[in-house]
Amino acid sequence: MLPDKLKSIFRGSGAVDGSSSFPRGKGGAEKEIVTTRQSRGLDQFFSDIRDQTGLSILDMGGACQDNINFITNLGHRITPQSILWSVDETFGGSTEADQSNPHQIESFLKSNLDYPAGTFDGVLLWDTLQFMAPALLHAVLERVHNIVRPKSYLLVYFNSEEHSKTAPVYSFRIQDKSTLTLIQRGTRAAAQSFNNRGLEKLFAKFESVKFFLTREALREVIVRR
Amino acid sequence: MWNKQKEEPIQPVPRQTPPPAQNPVETRKETIPVATNPFKAPEPDTRGSASIGKAVKINGQIFSKEDLYVDGDVEGTIELNENKLTIGPSGRVQAGVKAREVVVLGQIQGNVEALDKIDIRKDAKLVGDIKTARIIIEDGAYFKGSIDIVRQDARKTAAPAAAPAHSTAPAVAAEVKR
Repeated sequence: MLPDKLKSIFRGSGAVDGSSSFPRGKGGAEKEIVTTRQSRGLDQFFSDIRDQTGLSILDMGGACQDNINFITNLGHRITPQSILWSVDETFGGSTEADQSNPHQIESFLKSNLDYPAGTFDGVLLWDTLQFMAPALLHAVLERVHNIVRPKSYLLVYFNSEEHSKTAPVYSFRIQDKSTLTLIQRGTRAAAQSFNNRGLEKLFAKFESVKFFLTREALREVIVRR
Repeated sequence: MWNKQKEEPIQPVPRQTPPPAQNPVETRKETIPVATNPFKAPEPDTRGSASIGKAVKINGQIFSKEDLYVDGDVEGTIELNENKLTIGPSGRVQAGVKAREVVVLGQIQGNVEALDKIDIRKDAKLVGDIKTARIIIEDGAYFKGSIDIVRQDARKTAAPAAAPAHSTAPAVAAEVKR
């Protein structure tokens, strides 16, 4: 059964705009900035799964043709999930939105991450976590830990400018196993910023965390469940 | 020093102005065709197919042996095994869908099995799991669910071997147990 929130969207009462798969930054109609980059994190993520088939990958960046093509061509199943869009739907998209209400968090998890334990063999979280306030972030990571099989990987990006109050909003598109195209669509208020120590604490429940410092002020993080 | 050629002073060549055209409108050619109208996505072709209009609401099962265009509300199931299903911009479908080809411009809430391909256009919304051989998703489409790509060759090999009561071949992803 679908949650009431989604039912309301289908009835037409939800505030859905045309670019629903990708959350907009402040201001709405910013021009896109496209860059292509090598990604060691992505390479490591796929090095583990490319010799297997029939795995389930959760893509938190939303439905995107490039990612769907790449992952399904490897013989895997993909589950796109536009998690930031859902965050805005549940908690409101304003910078003052309160993401700490336990009932709303529970509702959010039920609507968006309600999968049986060990459903996925990898999660592409991209840069979504940095836009979540601490209470929501910990709840989401707790749920992700549950729905991912042991020894699986998460790929996460964080803005490495620690004192910046906003972070660029990217759409991440896989070109090949180690190349990404980043489409920047404005900026968004970052709920938190992390240094390496903070990231280690954040993923303390997971088996290992590896960092890659990269260009474009992005920190790549590979986390092993 | 070596084969030094005698440098000849460059004579300034007077710029020749083209003779004025007799009829400039006729002689001017556009190298790049320019459209004055904004680009508009082609309207779905509903000729030769059954159609459910905007003001129609159906509760129940639909089986069709011809293409179907749905621009109204449908709850239940839709099966067009060898044909194409198009959900128009005003179409709202809460149903399990099975067709050769599915084009979504409106909304579907339910699982979709498209034997050949599914095409989810900008502003379309689909919540449900998809099984198909090919998928096209435009930017701006909302999709929530899983995608299983069922290769045509896998479908052909699986069908005679298993001959299941349910006619769909198992998804590639579903065949592998860990």
